[in-house]
Amino acid sequence: MGTESDIKLINEDGTRIDGRTAEELRPIKIETNVLNRADGSALIEWGGNKILAAVYGPREAYPKHTQDINRAIVKCKYNMAAFSVDERKRPGPDRRSIEISKVVSEALTAAIMVEKFPRAQVDVFIEVLQADAGTRIAGLTAASVAVAAAGIPMRDFVVGCTAGKVEGKIVLDLCKEEDNFGEADLPVAVMSNSGKVVLMQMDGSLSLDEFNQATEMIVRATKVINQIQRDALSAKYAASMEGGE
Amino acid sequence: MRLPWKEGSKVPRDELGVLSEIKKGYILRQLKEGKRNDGRELNAIREATVQTGFVTRAPGSAMVQLGKTRVLAGVKIELGTPFADTPNQGVLTTNVELLPMAFPTFESGPPNENSIEYARVVDRGIRESKMIDLKKLVVTPGEKVWIVFIDIDVLDYDGNLIDACNLAAVSALKTAVIPGAAQGLEDIPLPVTCTPIAVTFVKIDEFLVPDPDLEEEQASDGRITVTTTEDGNLRAMQKGAGGAFTFDEIREAISMSFNLGKELREKYFR
Repeated sequence: MGTESDIKLINEDGTRIDGRTAEELRPIKIETNVLNRADGSALIEWGGNKILAAVYGPREAYPKHTQDINRAIVKCKYNMAAFSVDERKRPGPDRRSIEISKVVSEALTAAIMVEKFPRAQVDVFIEVLQADAGTRIAGLTAASVAVAAAGIPMRDFVVGCTAGKVEGKIVLDLCKEEDNFGEADLPVAVMSNSGKVVLMQMDGSLSLDEFNQATEMIVRATKVINQIQRDALSAKYAASMEGGE
Repeated sequence: MRLPWKEGSKVPRDELGVLSEIKKGYILRQLKEGKRNDGRELNAIREATVQTGFVTRAPGSAMVQLGKTRVLAGVKIELGTPFADTPNQGVLTTNVELLPMAFPTFESGPPNENSIEYARVVDRGIRESKMIDLKKLVVTPGEKVWIVFIDIDVLDYDGNLIDACNLAAVSALKTAVIPGAAQGLEDIPLPVTCTPIAVTFVKIDEFLVPDPDLEEEQASDGRITVTTTEDGNLRAMQKGAGGAFTFDEIREAISMSFNLGKELREKYFR
């Protein structure tokens, strides 16, 4: 946030640097079961983001001392491919991706019926193939579809979106320039039916009014994105029915 | 060396890090009667003591006791090269060490996901509030800048490490002096612009309570941290530890955080 630059992020006519209006999402496409081996998978394309999510489990938790006798544990690994960003990213986990893995695991734990699988673990792998701002939310949104596609019982879909502040204006779904040079970034994920927040982070500077305005935009957007998730999931089942599987 | 420990402060022994159902029930019953686990009011935070200048070898330091949680922040300021994309700014890094002496299940070794999360939440509050004017840390643009290292040792763990670490880091930074004289420059106070305060809440059943002790953390389902500055702005937020919050609960946390932040600033940063 807040890196200084001379780039104009809001045009004369009030549109944004990529031509969108304040409350316009980038194009989103989700496809399920794109991988053969994983129990469930999804590919999300969100603006310039291309992110794969794959799920294994529930399976016995390993190492054994991590087992919880009351519930399954959800282990998410968020990773950015070395070639996913402008300057090559050194492979392997860094502090940012470890934190993202943690908050995404916690968000999915709230939605998955973990109490049905004591001593088990659900592995969720999120691989960012191409990054274009908002990768944690796009990855989590895809991961939720992948968990559902794996047939793991869930209370609810997890669906997220980002809002932020750019040149004093609250806008939805930040693009890369807005993410780099904007004044605030607020990624939020909710459960689609209950509307409860399972992931929220914020950095930058927001007043309470701006926060309220941003979260209202996010709530409206998650309804649209959730429909894309549902369509992606049912499209796969419709296809397998026709194929006589 | 005599440490400024509070006499007779004992935390419940809790080797497994698991809270009994009986204790959970007690905590909830207390809350329903308007009292916290340790007897304080519902919306009260624990008494804190801040002792700055604890480590005189560090240009800034602060020992903080929050209830029975104790952390020590040390600030080191050294000359180095700036990042390529910010040639006209100093550098800030924050690290939290969960020392094995602080809790039976803490292990030595590289930072784990908890210590990384705590450090990054504290870092975001300090960085995004622009508490330290990084532009004033440039010696030679693009070549030589001051690097501010904030290292926080967790010594004794009884809940709410984020707020304790934030209070310690901010206190240490406010008293830090850039050691320029050793480099043929001048010793100057670290340029500080504001006071970011983190306030963490946990949800226990339907109760949202600030500054949880360890047992309350263990009984809780969901954590949220809100960092504010005195100009009335939110600077960092983090929802953590499973569970789910309604937006109304989050707004409640935000308004409580503004109030408690004000209280803490008046008490410790007059």
